[in-house]
Amino acid sequence: MTFVQFLFNIYAGITIAAAIGVVTVRNSVYAALCLILTFFSSAAIWILLEAEFLGIVLVLVYVGAVMVLFLFVIMMLDINREQLVERFIKYLPAGIAVAVIIAIEMIVVIQRSAFDTSEQYKAVAQNAPDYNNTEALGELLYTQYLYPFEIAAVVLLVAIIAAIMLTLRKRAVNVRSQDIEKQLRVRPEDRVRLVKMKSGQ
Amino acid sequence: MIPLSHTLIVAAILFSISLAGMFLNRKNVLILLMCIELMLLSVNLNFIAFSHYLNDLGGQLFVFFILTVAAAEAAIGLAILVTMFRNRRTINVQNLDSLKG
Repeated sequence: MTFVQFLFNIYAGITIAAAIGVVTVRNSVYAALCLILTFFSSAAIWILLEAEFLGIVLVLVYVGAVMVLFLFVIMMLDINREQLVERFIKYLPAGIAVAVIIAIEMIVVIQRSAFDTSEQYKAVAQNAPDYNNTEALGELLYTQYLYPFEIAAVVLLVAIIAAIMLTLRKRAVNVRSQDIEKQLRVRPEDRVRLVKMKSGQ
Repeated sequence: MIPLSHTLIVAAILFSISLAGMFLNRKNVLILLMCIELMLLSVNLNFIAFSHYLNDLGGQLFVFFILTVAAAEAAIGLAILVTMFRNRRTINVQNLDSLKG
């Protein structure tokens, strides 16, 4: 086992352990922290696989922005925890059975296939010493993939607008709400009308 | 040198863990969203592994776009969650059945 392989095994173990933590921990804050650990160690795996730019982007965008957003929301909502975990056990056998079956199926397929023996996948070219992953990605992104790149920008714009529109608190026009100032300024003449009527008949 | 199949197995295990998480946390929408993020992460790991072993940068570009879409999805999902909590005072999936006939 080479040193790179040793590192890979450690990072993969941390990733899987943290992922198990995400789905089993009862407190949402701990789940989010476990998810951060998962992202971090898989960023390390990505860097071992020579995707340096994406590894850094995963840490910056996910750990730095998306997970902080998750933590914000978790702490903003006042969640009753006991109510959320009461039927945790009920789906445990079915969930674990489905997950184990799917994992075994995929592992068997991957082991039986020619990924490790085929020459096609062994031919990992050694990159030149001055090879720059970011530069190569950028060159491809701004030439061949320019149109998808612009669409991705539009997707992000739509996400911004949607998030703002969804959480914006606007006062509806037809809502009957209390106006305390108006209530205090009211005079008896505005509310009570004395009517003279003939009595008797 | 890491064998390609090891990377794929890690991705497969991550995917099935997040699938199990969908079953286990059927009450908490927040953890369901986190499980979706975990699934996308395992798919990204597959893309990066194949990109490395086939020596083709296209896979990494796909990961780039998946990250974009996942960030947008997380933002909109959390916004919907906040609105839902404001209106119903709960994020329990089983209480969100107002569309039920």
